[in-house]
Amino acid sequence: MKRRTIIGVALLFLFSSSGLVWAQDETQPPDTAAVAESAAIAVAPATGVAATDAPHDNGHALIIEFTPPEDDRAGGPVMGYEIYRSTSSSGPWDLRGTATARGADDLSVITYRDAGANDVDNRDYFPIGETFYYQVRTLLVSGYVDSAPSAGAASVAQWFHWGKLELFLGWVIFIVLMMIFINKAKSGEELYMRPLAGIDAVDEAIGRATEMGRPILFVLGLGVASDIATIAAFTVLGRVAKRVAEYNTKLIVPCYDPIVMTVAQETVKAGYMAAGRPDQYDEDDVYFVTQSQFAYVAAVNGTMVREKPATNFYLGLFYAESLILAETGSDSGAIQISGTDQVTQIPFFVVACDYTLIGEELYAASAYLGREPLLMGTLKAQDWAKGVFVLSLFLGIIGTLLGWDWLSGLFQLDL
Amino acid sequence: MRRQFPLALVFIIGSFIGIQEFIPLDWAKSLKGFLLDWTIVIGVFAMALGLWSLTKVSMDKISKKSDDWQYSIVTLAGLASMMGFSMYSWATGGIENALSGYMFTQFFDYVMVPIQATMFSLLAFFIASAAYRAFRARSILASLLLVAAIIVMLRVVYLGDLSTPINAMADWIINVPNLAAKRSILIGVGLGMVATALKVILGIERTYLGRD
Repeated sequence: MKRRTIIGVALLFLFSSSGLVWAQDETQPPDTAAVAESAAIAVAPATGVAATDAPHDNGHALIIEFTPPEDDRAGGPVMGYEIYRSTSSSGPWDLRGTATARGADDLSVITYRDAGANDVDNRDYFPIGETFYYQVRTLLVSGYVDSAPSAGAASVAQWFHWGKLELFLGWVIFIVLMMIFINKAKSGEELYMRPLAGIDAVDEAIGRATEMGRPILFVLGLGVASDIATIAAFTVLGRVAKRVAEYNTKLIVPCYDPIVMTVAQETVKAGYMAAGRPDQYDEDDVYFVTQSQFAYVAAVNGTMVREKPATNFYLGLFYAESLILAETGSDSGAIQISGTDQVTQIPFFVVACDYTLIGEELYAASAYLGREPLLMGTLKAQDWAKGVFVLSLFLGIIGTLLGWDWLSGLFQLDL
Repeated sequence: MRRQFPLALVFIIGSFIGIQEFIPLDWAKSLKGFLLDWTIVIGVFAMALGLWSLTKVSMDKISKKSDDWQYSIVTLAGLASMMGFSMYSWATGGIENALSGYMFTQFFDYVMVPIQATMFSLLAFFIASAAYRAFRARSILASLLLVAAIIVMLRVVYLGDLSTPINAMADWIINVPNLAAKRSILIGVGLGMVATALKVILGIERTYLGRD
């Protein structure tokens, strides 16, 4: 009996003591401060926390840099970092974001961009000019350790994006070149232009359609009116329309975009008026088809098969439909002149069309057809700008080969 | 005035859109967004003109019994029925359901999409006929193109031990001469774009205004 009593008391003590431990686990969470303190002894905090204004921006961001502790290495105790911000160096601190641990023996500076919204009503609004302090919390396998707060920093809005200075200078050089050559062309100086087969063939193609008594089809592609390629195509359309009116031939322009249709109607009408044949202009020859890519292709192909145009122009923005259009036109026996700035579609046009304006030639076509001094001047400036580009490329290559980083660095943008 | 006002408008807005790329301030971005939103507004009005144009041209074809005029009936019937389905869904389920009604989605998914896929699939046959024409070895350059094309096409075919050198050759063709040519075209295109934009902004090129 005594023995049973002793065993019972011992078991009761055992259970009660373990129960106390469990109870302590459930009711009292680990003292985080203590953990943090113990961890702080083991792992040093991030150092050198500094906040600076983010360059070339609208003023709603700061750049935070800090040096990670030496224990931030592969298999080390550092799990990552939390970046806190406050309007006072003593807090309270708001969590702004996280940065990943290096996890390798790379102890270089870690950079974090603290950017916010520019809208005052947005919860994440980042005020311009307000001083902020930053603190970096190093998260460990168990616990964390906080860095000392940074010095205060305020963001500033920049008026000019200095990282794009090279680009801006390129613009200025190009405009100056344009002005020089426009003045030269205006003064009557003869500017040599290398012949473009596709442009030289325009008159021949219009004449062929006239002789055959068949219409001319002008496809402006899938671009919208604000695309530069479509604008370039409008300029060619205007000049083609003028000659078509002079030859008394029908011009058909099926459009993919309603705004493009409206501009094309005005352009063709102006061409007919310039030729002194406004009565020949038929608004229904420049019409809207659809904004569905392959439905448009079906409609244009149908026009080619039914109307049997003698000449097809494909100028503007083209995608997967380029080859379907050009091959159908080729089968119908039309002479075809194409031009696009879409690099992936140029090979299709080269294969299926008689003449192709490659890339920049599309933009030059209007000047070639117009032969006006102002337009010829811009064309010459374009050629010279290409020369400047080639020179820059050579300088960059030489700088890189000789290890002159300052030289190749002259052409690098900081976006 | 009718000539000067549009030119002045293009100069002011065009110059601003170009310069704002170098101004990171909030007001510049907001103003650019506001100006670009106008294209959406204009697009809505232009769509009405487009629909009118399509209807008028199709009606003319039907009334004149032009070649294949029956297709114009299908076009108008398709236009009217899809608009009808959409408006019915709008009336019964609100504007958020205008493009998700039963009949609208049935016609779109089981008529429109397969027809579009059929048109797209034609590309495979056209590529074959175009490749035949391009790869005829009639000159030294065409022969070079043929050899380069064969090497690049063989890259996706497993040829045992031969695959390694062929892959290396194909990669070189794609990454060196091909990429160099593409980049030179892109530089030219970039300059051409800038030149065209400047010609339009400065009023040198006015054809797009409907005036030579």
